[in-house]
Amino acid sequence: MHLLKDDSADVGVSSPAPIGRSGSQEFSADVAPSMDHLDQLEAQSIYIFREAFARLKKIALLWSLGKDSNVMIWLARKAFFGRMPFPALHVDTGKKFPEMYRFRDHYGKEWDLDLRVEPCPPIDAVDPTLPPAARSAARKTEGLKMALAKYGFDGLIAGIRRDEEATRAKERVFSPRGLEGNWDVRDQPPEFWDHFNASPPQGAHLRIHPILHWTEADIWAYTKRENIPIIPLYLAKNGKRYRSLGDQDITNPVNSNASTIDEILIELEQTKVPERAGRALDHETEDAFERLRVAGYL
Amino acid sequence: MNMLVTPTSPATPNGTTRPQVRIVIVGHVDHGKSTLVGRLLHETGSLPEGKLDMLKAVSARRGMPFEWSFLLDALQTERDQGITIDTTQIRFRTNSRDIVLIDAPGHAEFLRNMITGASQADGAVLIIDALEGVRDQTRRHGYLLHLLGVKQVAVVVNKMDRVDFSAERFKAISDEISAHLSGLGVKPTAVIPISARDGDGVAERTDRIGWYKGPTVVEALDALEPARPLEALALRLPVQAIYKFDDRRIVAGRIESGSLVAGDEIVIMPAGKIARIKTVESWPVTPVAGRQGAGRSVGITLDRELFIERGDIIAHANAAPRETRRLRARIFWLHDKPLAKGDQLLVRSGPKESRATVVAIEKAVDPGELSSSENKAIGRNHVGEIDISLSNPIATDPYTENPRTGRLVIEVSGRIAGGGLVLSVDAGQRAVPVDIVPVESALRPDERSARYHHNGAVVWLTGLPASGKSTLAKALERRLFSNGGSPILLDGDTLRAGLNSDLGFTAADRSENIRRLAEVATHLARNGHIAIVAAVSPAREDRAIARRIADTAFREIHVATPAEVCEERDPKGHYKKARAGALASFTGIGNDYEKPEAAELVIDTSKRTVAEAADEIEQMLKSSGVLFDEVVDLAANI
Repeated sequence: MHLLKDDSADVGVSSPAPIGRSGSQEFSADVAPSMDHLDQLEAQSIYIFREAFARLKKIALLWSLGKDSNVMIWLARKAFFGRMPFPALHVDTGKKFPEMYRFRDHYGKEWDLDLRVEPCPPIDAVDPTLPPAARSAARKTEGLKMALAKYGFDGLIAGIRRDEEATRAKERVFSPRGLEGNWDVRDQPPEFWDHFNASPPQGAHLRIHPILHWTEADIWAYTKRENIPIIPLYLAKNGKRYRSLGDQDITNPVNSNASTIDEILIELEQTKVPERAGRALDHETEDAFERLRVAGYL
Repeated sequence: MNMLVTPTSPATPNGTTRPQVRIVIVGHVDHGKSTLVGRLLHETGSLPEGKLDMLKAVSARRGMPFEWSFLLDALQTERDQGITIDTTQIRFRTNSRDIVLIDAPGHAEFLRNMITGASQADGAVLIIDALEGVRDQTRRHGYLLHLLGVKQVAVVVNKMDRVDFSAERFKAISDEISAHLSGLGVKPTAVIPISARDGDGVAERTDRIGWYKGPTVVEALDALEPARPLEALALRLPVQAIYKFDDRRIVAGRIESGSLVAGDEIVIMPAGKIARIKTVESWPVTPVAGRQGAGRSVGITLDRELFIERGDIIAHANAAPRETRRLRARIFWLHDKPLAKGDQLLVRSGPKESRATVVAIEKAVDPGELSSSENKAIGRNHVGEIDISLSNPIATDPYTENPRTGRLVIEVSGRIAGGGLVLSVDAGQRAVPVDIVPVESALRPDERSARYHHNGAVVWLTGLPASGKSTLAKALERRLFSNGGSPILLDGDTLRAGLNSDLGFTAADRSENIRRLAEVATHLARNGHIAIVAAVSPAREDRAIARRIADTAFREIHVATPAEVCEERDPKGHYKKARAGALASFTGIGNDYEKPEAAELVIDTSKRTVAEAADEIEQMLKSSGVLFDEVVDLAANI
């Protein structure tokens, strides 16, 4: 396992362990090794990355620093043979955990990312009718809109997954956003056979979701197999761990003794608690999440 | 409130993997899909703790009786409307399978969402209300499952409680739907009587359906097989991109079928260029030894520098796909405007795209209707068979030979409007000679059209001798050139002096003369020029061949000056000689000129000036997409 530990060196980073891959590469010229579940997910995500890069003019990957977007960067490097040929955009609320900022600064360099950190507007600038946590998250949506206007991206790669939340289950892989960044769930174009609608209207942009088909357990199993670095907050300490990382003031740890990825995988086998249970904004009203997504929230 | 259904892990920590099967539940609206899903989640112990109690409490608070379908009605808007809008994905387990359940809406308005969901499925459950029986949407969904290539279909006859669990009623519905499906070549894996509300037949054969001996729904799901990669078929590696991030030139794509290994001799279609795979590249470890099979996203380098572009298909030299500019497809249509003969489309086959024209609509039916009344156009949510002509050759396979590469998607105005299966490809007589290696131009078509402000075209002037073809051709040439374009005049007589000097005036020689003219003109058109051909070309069949060669670049102009005017003009003295019997096989004084029936333009030069006629031609070239005033959206013209 390859971790960014709290108690390791000053920068908070441990050096990568040798890559130990579990027999998925059999070197025989006669028979192709069969693909396991993670191989299939990986191949599909790489296909999506390459389609996005081929068909759009100016794209960026939204790097939230969490486990999902780290897997995405890893997949992008696989798709493009070692380097991610577009910027990593971090829309910064300024309220992330210190471990997250350390992680960003370290791996932004180590992975040779074209990192763009963009700030969010002050909270006063955000719709005051939203409940507090949703309002805080909506700030991020505003920050994203500002970044879009600044760079003129026509595609943003986002690490959402269908299993996270029912609203996200309705997403397409290439998902058009309106001029205001809004999502029209009722009028989504058809998408089949890995053919994607890649022509956003003038001034609008696309969201591209390369890991839409992954689950939380897939993310962890792949993180382990590929030895992808993670922020240690995900691992249990004193009976608590974070399953999902957002802003400090609106994200809570869950009760857990899972201190390794293997233990997380066992925990996920058994739990019936939703992944975003620690995210305050999902619980405020029945439709808070949907309202946010319609307005362009990730 | 959080509506999430907790995922179960497909890859267990000890490394064993259970087969994962993706299924879709389809059928007529209100026949009970959401209820069945809710019941399945309950029966397989997949519901999050407290979820059922919470939903019961919510129902009570809203003063509604609890319904199993509430479990799925995740969006508030859906709850308000009482219909499921979109595909959601939910996971649960049977004894030996991880099931990913893709819900798909039954409402006809949302057929595009049903297709989006069902296209990802390994198997399907088709649900029918026992009281209502087989309805139009039941038939439509059955047909679409066939078109989407979903072969494993289990039928459930729901709401058996509403028909007193009548074995007779069940048999009647079972017979009807089995006949419909087998007519499409789909054999149901099971037909199961159930009551999703009460639980009969879902996980248990209850006494109320004691007469039924087949599998339950859960058992039927347990018997589904996950889709297998098509490794046994011939290699097909559609090229997504060529990357030159460092000193490697990597050809990237996903292997759709077959397998490859470094050292293989491959052919790049449609150009037919041959090369050998030097390395298979990867990251973080590279290069990789060993064979790579279907389903893998790979990158390869070749032993020689060849011009390759996105959309090409890499195959083994002895089993290449067919190159074609013409194919027949069975499609479903989702666009508001019906698809009609002559419509211009964008066709995508994997990463390859080509502009296309609908040459013929062979069938157009509403798959929901019992009697298939034939229409001229394919309406929204209907299906049909079409012949299309492609402006760029593509390499493809009939779907019966390769279900992955034998399918295509149709776009209108940048939005996916339909899709379907390639039934047959008309490869013409041109076999691909693999030892011929045509050299590609260094320039892309859009670079040329940006300079010339026009696309390549073959402007074919046909008409009697002395009808004014050459005069018009020269006027047009001058005008296009003055506007910065690149016109090239190909006069029939001029070419006969050189390239065609071996040809006489027999019917066969005339045909060959026209074919060569068309080939040369088409080559110029493909390279961005406007080839202006002035040739009597009296035989309709010969001109049809020319049109086939030049395809969508062809613009036929009938210079329809009356015969007596032509004879009176007679600038070369041909009519006079022919009348005197000194010129055999002269077209004009006999009845051997076959007029075009569907020329793009007809011009009678006895009624207008040369400038006016040139105006008309220019106008036709503008309206048919050859000339453009400004450089707008060049990408659309590629």
